[in-house]
Amino acid sequence: MTTLLAVEGLTKSFGGIRALDECSFEIAEGSVGALIGPNGSGKTTAFNVITGFQPADAGRLTFRGRAVRHPDPCRLQRLGLARTFQQARIFAGLTVLENVVLGRNQSWRALLGRRVSGSDRRRAEDLLDEFGLAAHADRPAGRLSYGQRKLLEFASVLMADPILVLLDEPAAGINPIMVKTMEDHIRRRHAQGVTFIIVEHEMKFVMRLCDPVIVLDRGRRIACAAPEIVQNDPRVLDAYLGD
Amino acid sequence: MDAGLELRGIVAGYGQGDILRGLDLDVPAGQITCLIGPNGSGKSTVLRVISGLLAPRSGQVLLGGQRVTGRPPRAMLDLGVAHVPQERSLFPAMSVWDNVLMGAYISRDRDAVARRATEIASRFPLVAQRRHELAGSLSGGEQKTVEIARTMMLDPPVLCFDEPSAGLEPRARKTVFGILADLSGDGRTILLVEQNARSGLAIAHRGAVLDAGIVRLAAPAAELLDSPDIGRLYLGASLRSRERTSDEPRGTQRIRGPAPHRDLRL
Repeated sequence: MTTLLAVEGLTKSFGGIRALDECSFEIAEGSVGALIGPNGSGKTTAFNVITGFQPADAGRLTFRGRAVRHPDPCRLQRLGLARTFQQARIFAGLTVLENVVLGRNQSWRALLGRRVSGSDRRRAEDLLDEFGLAAHADRPAGRLSYGQRKLLEFASVLMADPILVLLDEPAAGINPIMVKTMEDHIRRRHAQGVTFIIVEHEMKFVMRLCDPVIVLDRGRRIACAAPEIVQNDPRVLDAYLGD
Repeated sequence: MDAGLELRGIVAGYGQGDILRGLDLDVPAGQITCLIGPNGSGKSTVLRVISGLLAPRSGQVLLGGQRVTGRPPRAMLDLGVAHVPQERSLFPAMSVWDNVLMGAYISRDRDAVARRATEIASRFPLVAQRRHELAGSLSGGEQKTVEIARTMMLDPPVLCFDEPSAGLEPRARKTVFGILADLSGDGRTILLVEQNARSGLAIAHRGAVLDAGIVRLAAPAAELLDSPDIGRLYLGASLRSRERTSDEPRGTQRIRGPAPHRDLRL
């Protein structure tokens, strides 16, 4: 399979702490990969560096076969790479529909509550239908529950038709029914050709959904394999259980 | 007083969701019980329920066989239950000595407080050596030691520690675990929540594994250390060992399956 995203030798330090230490991995087009590891292993830093939210100290990033020398969130989004955050980042004062419209490139005018094109509106409404949020379309997004905000953020990033979506803890802090809903949405979009990388602590969710599972420990990749192999890898157990 | 803790059928959480879903846990008097489990399994919430920071929705907390469910933190402190939180809790702009004295803030007997502080300083040499320095200038491991010293000002028979080794380098971690083992030697009851499962179990008498708000395994710590089931729980695999009933006297126990989810709303 074609490699969609490759990182090589990614390094990022904060003061004296190496959050990423020459970390390398690849994600093939059409896969649902997971990035797991104990607290502080560098998962979110990896997302931040790949998506250009933080500059790397060293390393190379290749997306769709092209080297990305200075990752920039906006440019990467135009290239088809989108992400969500641990704490869903939504515009609480805008309506749910406006939030989704904003997910599309260059639609900043939606911030002013106007100039939302008819096609954008229809597409956003379709997404809200798909994510079960249609009834909330005209309500302020700040009134949504924690889990609904996560769904809204997911729907918003899909507005830009990404080919790779990085989800940061989509199942964290939401109830088990919502976790299943989230999983269904990921599976549906995956079936339509979207590739995913998921950072998640909810292991049952990861192990039934993702392959490969990439394991980080202290900023380094210590495993990359199918779930059942990772679950029995002594290095992974050592990373999780301590020494 | 028998300072053992028992938690029976605890359901607790924040907002609409339940974090603990019918949790049973025994913390025998005079022993270290180490509570481990994956991220988000509810470990810190257990401590908050015990110390009165979070009232459970149902279930009972028993201290020495007496019901203390839902008592506020001050009442629990009066009963001798102290809670050392995970995050750094010293007052950084105050001296080490003043921080230690703050541990007896609720006591009005100044002479007794001064005497106790002197005892604490002899037990924790760091406090005596660095007494005039600002607490915020100490390293993470030193700050944790001062936090523990401060907690000891009221001589609590029951101590709840939330990940005391978090963020500490290996040597500092060893020091902190040494202090906990030492406190246990006084006959205190200690409930230790720990992410570094192996280090925590190594100093504990008993261990319990929390997963999704219930205790899945409870056993002597040494047995848990050798159990392949712990790793499987951390990594989302199903358990290999046969299910045992809780009245079996020894060995690894699988206490009960998941409680039904109560909160079906989005």
